Amino acid sequence: MKSTNFIDNLPKVYGIYTGGFIGFIILMAIAEQMGMSAKAIGIAFVAFTVFIYALIGWLSRTAQADAYYVAGRQVPTVFNGMATAADWMSGASFVAMAGGIYFKGYGYMALLVGWTGGYVLVASLLAPYLRKFGCYTVPDFIGTRYGGNLARFSAVVVLTVASFTYVTAQINATGTIASVALDIPFQYAVYIGLISILLCSMLGGMRGVTWTQVAQYIVLIIAYLLPVFWISNKIGAGFFPHFMLADEVARIGELEAQFGFVKNSAADLATVPKGLAGITKAHSAVNATPWAFISLALAMMMGTASLPHVMMRYFTTPSVKAARKSVGWSLFFIFLLYSSAPMLATLSKLSLLDPNLSTGIIGKSIAEVQAIDWYQNWNAANLMFVSDFNGNGTVELNEFFMGGKAVVLATPEIAGLPYVISGLVAAGGMAAAMSTADGLILAIANAISHDVYYKIIDPKAETAKRLVVARVLLVVIGFAGATIAAMEIQGILGSVIWAFDFAMSGLFFPLVLGVWWKRANRQGAIAGMLGGLAAGTWYLVWVRTGGSGFLGITQLTFGIFGSAVSLVAMVVVSLMTQEPDKATQKMVDEVRVPSGKTILGKQ
Amino acid sequence: MSNQEKHWEKSRGLLMITLAIWFVFSIGIFLFGAEMNEVTGPFGYPWTYWFTCQGSLGAFVILIFWFANRQEKIDEEFGFSEREDE
Repeated sequence: MKSTNFIDNLPKVYGIYTGGFIGFIILMAIAEQMGMSAKAIGIAFVAFTVFIYALIGWLSRTAQADAYYVAGRQVPTVFNGMATAADWMSGASFVAMAGGIYFKGYGYMALLVGWTGGYVLVASLLAPYLRKFGCYTVPDFIGTRYGGNLARFSAVVVLTVASFTYVTAQINATGTIASVALDIPFQYAVYIGLISILLCSMLGGMRGVTWTQVAQYIVLIIAYLLPVFWISNKIGAGFFPHFMLADEVARIGELEAQFGFVKNSAADLATVPKGLAGITKAHSAVNATPWAFISLALAMMMGTASLPHVMMRYFTTPSVKAARKSVGWSLFFIFLLYSSAPMLATLSKLSLLDPNLSTGIIGKSIAEVQAIDWYQNWNAANLMFVSDFNGNGTVELNEFFMGGKAVVLATPEIAGLPYVISGLVAAGGMAAAMSTADGLILAIANAISHDVYYKIIDPKAETAKRLVVARVLLVVIGFAGATIAAMEIQGILGSVIWAFDFAMSGLFFPLVLGVWWKRANRQGAIAGMLGGLAAGTWYLVWVRTGGSGFLGITQLTFGIFGSAVSLVAMVVVSLMTQEPDKATQKMVDEVRVPSGKTILGKQ
Repeated sequence: MSNQEKHWEKSRGLLMITLAIWFVFSIGIFLFGAEMNEVTGPFGYPWTYWFTCQGSLGAFVILIFWFANRQEKIDEEFGFSEREDE
């Protein structure tokens, strides 16, 4: 799987794969008509797709460092774009995002802007220059640009804190989906999820992850778009929802005005199962202050440009030019899903609210709603709940509650689509969570094996030994992540947002200034990384333990404070200490032009 | 000024323009979110709502490809673009 022949054949290989997957969906649809049970369909979808990923992982096995760390630097632009999109879109994007938009509207959509706008920073400030550098990992860049083991080690610390926070959430998500689809307890499902994840990355490292991520992207995008288009056509909202839902958005506004947002008493809310929410905010109105919106978007954008598992995807392209274009393709493939999330939220909400649609439940009698099949299923899964607070016998807007995940997972069923679509959505969610978890675990394991073990502890280690260490670390980190995920400490979305804040606190300015400010030196970078991470962490702990915070910076945007401290510390300390030596300055000059050998390739 | 300095100056100029456009779509318009949402925008959606759903996101995609092309031209102009065999 390493010949250039394989690279040339990629469109054909993935074309056949996509056709085969669509064939599998049709096969399942026929099986459903012939009486295959919903549970069997769910198991078939998850098992079949995971088997394919494992197969790709096995075919991509390698014993070469270049292939293991950077997929041999021969991943074509468009395919790297797909792989990055899968790497990027996590269980949170797939399962939780539409739900967040459904419940919180505009204020939440800052995440859509933040998680896309960050790529402009990646493309213009960092990716092409880090590609020219020719590093294997992000700490590799920091360690070489600034020099010294302490700078390298500080970068590994920031990377590990941010990525580990993120990965527990992803393993949690794979566990949730595996437990629902395979009908086994969450504590065991987490480890099934983990083994699936490791199957993709263990043998082939970055090469295995690259080709499975492309396969996972194809599954997740089909699984996300198909229901959106289907529902939109089914309820007559328009054949291309993205351009045609304006009337539906306006209609939701009308219905909101008609039903009114009634505030429930605390005593009533106490009877609602934990984690479920009702609709309390307008769908399309601006419901957040400019700063609340902008600060969240800004934190996510700077975090995007600092997360190592994304940055390292651009180390795999054949050239600097390809790295730039590849960022554009990544964002295009992400855009396909992100621009659909608000459409799904709109369709889901309209299906439930509008009394003119057969699926609408507001205004129906409580007994009638409680008798609906899908209501009973999702109620049993603790993701849906109705209660007659005012005792009038009918369901009001404030009397219907749903879990955030249910918007994506249950909408196909609510809208009356066949169960095969629900199975497909489960496979898509699994693909999204697995692909991100793989990228993250690999980022941590590679940083520790390459930067700590090879560069600091044993620089004479042979390739075979280095790769054994890398693989052992992969398994250890995976199990550590799964163990923490099994404890279910935090929700999926909260910990994802924290990961962005940690990353930007410690890495944004040391990375950017490493390219754009020649005067930045080792002492400044170390102060920036450790100072930023410490300040951000302090702020988070302070706000979590009852601190009031300042400037409207919340526990979701603490990275703004962390990175500000990082910038000041880095500039002040750099200016107070000696400027970098001539060799380092010359190295920065070379990074700034695409032509010539990579910096590390010369050494 | 050496060839390389000129190249970097032009690249920096392109970065500033790119970041300025990025600023407008990621921050600028949301300073006036409430006011702009009163107006009907593309495809009949309210303006601010449309930007958060599609407009800004699409603008970022186009901006990156535009930036990549411009930077390639700058690299070529000063003879710093990569050769195919590298």
